[in-house]
Amino acid sequence: MSGEVLLTIRDIDVFHGTFQALWQVSIEVKRGEMLALIGANTSGKTTLLDTISGLLHPGKGSITYEERDIGRLDPYRIVELGITQVPEGRRIFPDMTVLDNLLMGSYSGKARHKRVENLGKVYELFPRLEERKKQIAKTLSGGEQQMLAIGRGLMADPKLMLIDEMSLGLAPIVVDEIFRALARVRERGITILFVEQNVRRSLQEADRAYILETGRVVLGGSAAALREEDHVKRAYFGVETCT
Amino acid sequence: MGFLLGGLYALIALGLSMVFGVMRLINLAHGDLVVLGSYMAYALMTLLGLDPVVGLVISVPVMCVLGFAIQKYLMGRAFGISSEGPLIIAFGISLVIQNANQIMWTPLSRALNTPYAQASFRLGERQFPVAYLLDFIAGVVVMLVLRAFLTRTYLGRAITAASQDKKAAQLMGINTGRVYGFAFAIAMASAAVAGVFLGMTFPFTPTSGISFLTIAFGTVIIGGLGSMAGTFLGGIILGIFQTLGGYFFGPAFQMLIVYVIVLVILAIRPQGLFGR
Repeated sequence: MSGEVLLTIRDIDVFHGTFQALWQVSIEVKRGEMLALIGANTSGKTTLLDTISGLLHPGKGSITYEERDIGRLDPYRIVELGITQVPEGRRIFPDMTVLDNLLMGSYSGKARHKRVENLGKVYELFPRLEERKKQIAKTLSGGEQQMLAIGRGLMADPKLMLIDEMSLGLAPIVVDEIFRALARVRERGITILFVEQNVRRSLQEADRAYILETGRVVLGGSAAALREEDHVKRAYFGVETCT
Repeated sequence: MGFLLGGLYALIALGLSMVFGVMRLINLAHGDLVVLGSYMAYALMTLLGLDPVVGLVISVPVMCVLGFAIQKYLMGRAFGISSEGPLIIAFGISLVIQNANQIMWTPLSRALNTPYAQASFRLGERQFPVAYLLDFIAGVVVMLVLRAFLTRTYLGRAITAASQDKKAAQLMGINTGRVYGFAFAIAMASAAVAGVFLGMTFPFTPTSGISFLTIAFGTVIIGGLGSMAGTFLGGIILGIFQTLGGYFFGPAFQMLIVYVIVLVILAIRPQGLFGR
């Protein structure tokens, strides 16, 4: 861990229309780390990822990425700068082939030049996508669709990858496989910020984590420390309802 | 005869279908844009002596630029405000085009008269106007070109991606504003082509746009919005039923049966016969 900060979010308020979804949220993402965002549904995790991706803009506060303010940029500019998001529910293009989905991932200018190279890397990571490259995306299994969504994200040649609720609806054995793949993604130097419902699992996989509750960051720190935290034990391990 | 005419209906409807498929916008101005295409061809024909089909070399690029500008400076901004905004702007564009055409060309009806379009050919026992055959060919060609563009080119795939899932497309780094601009420009270009063949088939006035918008709606509802091949087949079906309606119930009722069919399809298969 180099410890160098890649992305800093400082005191942002984010609104959906008139509803305030995030309150003075501050987080830091360090280069090369695997960071988890933990929280119940509607705690604002997806809102936070969408704000980083430029789909939403903060009403107050700043987002700094590689020493540059990105809080007001359009989504396509954010992707060009090297931040890609694998959205909740995978959001693959259902009627396109697996290959076309992957190619759409490298739409932005810089990634286009490295398309062949990155496609090779994605196939190396998920050989099943290469076997099924001609298949229409919606006919893939849930796990394969998640692999496709991650592969498509990697095609953008990112430095920072945001992954939203990737294990939702997947069998534990598939989740294991995907986490193993993410470990390899990280070895390639890509920073990962992921959102998970499964708190125990998140704290096992991540280096650090932030806990969001009703739009506020209530705790943050190393995953090992958070596992021992009373608040976490009480709120997430004691009465854990979702696995 | 209806079969051939269906090609013209498909040609008119393709642009409407494209804009709806990509931008989820019902472009109320589409009929008037088609008629604008007819007047452009008319102007090029009377002022420069250009054949209407040759005139497309000028009118298609002009309409593309116009379409890009409309999306960028009017629609794009309105999309940011509300979902009804662009609809009202489309209605405004429709009124502006109608009135501009009235001022420039008077309300008299015009036609793109060319010797070849007015000729007829014989098939078995019956005579057909050559214009109808040209309509059909143009419909097939434009449909195939659009389909190839959407599935084979990178920009076309980006347009398809944005129509299947806007958020995902944005997250892929696709500039959706720009993609919408292209979609609108292409729809306008197809309107220019439709305008030429329309003008060679029927006389037109500045207010003809409304009736062709209605036909385009019918076509798209039968065929399914957003699908190019579906829209084309929708046009053919509409053309056939119009002719059958005219044959059985008389010319005054020929569109009645078409709209009854549109209503039936809306009731039992709202996504259209070939829609997703």
